[in-house]
Amino acid sequence: MSTLVVVEHDRGTLAPASLEAFAAARTLGDDVHALTLGATADGLAGTLAAYGAVVVQQVHHELLADYGPEAWGEAVAQAVRTLRPAAVLACGTDRGNEVMAQAAARLDLPFVANCNEITAGGDAWNIVRVRWGGSLLEQCTLTASTKLVTVTHHTFEAAESMAAGTVAAVAVDLDPTLARTVVVDRVERAAGVTLATAPLVVGGGRGVGSAEAFAPLEDLAALLGGVVGCSRAVTNNGWRNHTDQVGQTGTRIAPDLYLACGISGAIQHWVGAMSSKKILAINTDAEANMVSKADYAVIGDLHKVIPAIAEEVRRRKAS
Amino acid sequence: MRVLVCVKRVPAPGAKINITADGQAVDTAYLAFTTSPHEECAVEAAVQLVEQHGGESTVLTLGPSEADEQLRYAASIGVNRAVLLPTDGNDWDPQRTSAAITAAIRDLEAASGPFDLVLFGNESADSGNFQTGVRVAHGLGRPMVNGIKGIEIDGTAARARRESDAGVEVYHLPLPAVLGVKEGINLPRYPTLKGRLASKKVEVAQQSPQGEAGGQQMITLLQAAEQVSQTVILGSGPEAAPAVVDLLEELGLLK
Ligand SMILES: Cc1cc2nc3c(=O)[nH]c(=O)nc-3n(C[C@H](O)[C@H](O)[C@H](O)COP(=O)(O)OP(=O)(O)OC[C@H]3O[C@@H](n4cnc5c(N)ncnc54)[C@H](O)[C@@H]3O)c2cc1C
Ligand SMILES: Nc1ncnc2c1ncn2[C@@H]1O[C@H](COP(=O)(O)O)[C@@H](O)[C@H]1O
Repeated sequence: MSTLVVVEHDRGTLAPASLEAFAAARTLGDDVHALTLGATADGLAGTLAAYGAVVVQQVHHELLADYGPEAWGEAVAQAVRTLRPAAVLACGTDRGNEVMAQAAARLDLPFVANCNEITAGGDAWNIVRVRWGGSLLEQCTLTASTKLVTVTHHTFEAAESMAAGTVAAVAVDLDPTLARTVVVDRVERAAGVTLATAPLVVGGGRGVGSAEAFAPLEDLAALLGGVVGCSRAVTNNGWRNHTDQVGQTGTRIAPDLYLACGISGAIQHWVGAMSSKKILAINTDAEANMVSKADYAVIGDLHKVIPAIAEEVRRRKAS
Repeated sequence: MRVLVCVKRVPAPGAKINITADGQAVDTAYLAFTTSPHEECAVEAAVQLVEQHGGESTVLTLGPSEADEQLRYAASIGVNRAVLLPTDGNDWDPQRTSAAITAAIRDLEAASGPFDLVLFGNESADSGNFQTGVRVAHGLGRPMVNGIKGIEIDGTAARARRESDAGVEVYHLPLPAVLGVKEGINLPRYPTLKGRLASKKVEVAQQSPQGEAGGQQMITLLQAAEQVSQTVILGSGPEAAPAVVDLLEELGLLK
């Protein structure tokens, strides 16, 4: 038996998250096979071997030239029928979860999303998975002829583990109508730090008070090469765009320092911020959840504290 | 156009989520209830699409009879019709939920005509199975893309936008279609007083849900390991600034 790992890539560029699925797959005991969709991904075989793929199963079809959830899901479903793996794994990214859900629907099999622990063996596998975006866990069993699961992003550590990486081909027959969900156009983002990758995030919550009052936070972030983030109270008030929202239904951040200003620290905000290496809360309320969970805190009015920090940064930079 | 939107009633926890003694549910004794922000945005999108193109919107939920509250909230911001698929309140697994919603949509369409668009949230707030919309779409034989942050209808197709690490991806789905919506696609309106009064009079249709249990079975809920930190108070008010900047230096952020 084998564990088949669905490789996420964008027109041949590997999504590093996929390598986490290989790390998880190796813990299950069976041989790890990689499944690459589309000829653009053929060049990944060497890398996949280095991360533990004993066999790299390649699927070629013109409908797989770009991403499309239905074509990808159908290709995975057909590969599963041909190869009969014990399990299929992917990383729980947007695409990973979407493709696995598509495959599961087509195979009429269960699919368990965002797993942190997988104990293989027996008919029913034991799994610990994420709920509430990571605030809560669920222990469940998975009973299926082929187990379809995604692993929670940032949970298993990608690590090299050289394997043969023998290349094989899997034939699929895709209905032309599946072109209906293939990407037809895209707008590339300008290069630069994003909320998800910034080394410093200055986050503002309801305590900031208005859209205009974010100016000092912008100033401080710019001074330090960081970006501004916010809570849902802020996006709900229309003060900032949702692309700045940190949390369960926003962005997960992991900066060296998160400066959380005027944010109470609701659990749905916290799950988006908890991967920050250090957190400094600025809040008038010493009892706020954000303050008690943070590494550091300043108790006070952010409208006075933030400009004072910026001034001190400027003074030290000048000297 | 006819738009259906599916929402799930979930508790709205604050600083911490507590579990009942038997581990089977979130302790909701002191909690209010809501739907996922993604679903709130899906409801707003349904209302806006009908405002732009005419037609009618319907909201559907599978859940306890108390989910009437979430249906009426949707009605209060402008959804025209509401459907409840009542359960005993225990969470259904994703295959069972999807089968029941698919069957209900077939019945609704047989009675009142097809939906051009069926909207879901990107994922439910509590169970986050990332699959209900996809399974329903497959059951209905319709195209589906999840994670959508922009929808435009042009004639017989929907142009849908989704964000990725690299930028924005555009999809063009023939109608009838199914979309999973992400928060940020719009800013949901608040109900007006008139809307709230009107929502009280909306008739909530009930259909008893049909679906067989799937292969994912919950055993128990568990608390995630909590990070415990001893908060170091750097000071009070603007006088704390030098201590904060010392910390920035220490973390190598003052370049
Ligand atoms: C399913 C679901 C998903 C959610 N997803 C998200 C999400 O992704 N992201 C998110 O952020 N929220 C999310 N929420 C909402 C979340 O529950 C909270 O409502 C929200 O995070 C509160 O934002 P806040 O901390 O800015 O506001 P509040 O809770 O109102 O806190 C404001 C804080 O500012 C402090 N303050 C006030 N004035 C000042 C001042 N002058 N100086 C310093 N401090 C001051 C106050 O003491 C208080 O602590 C979600 C909710 C649900 C139900
Ligand atoms: N019980 C339910 N009733 C109605 N819609 C639901 C239900 N459960 C899930 N959904 C819909 O399916 C989406 C995805 O849910 P999930 O697969 O649990 O992540 C949600 O955002 C809802 O739109």
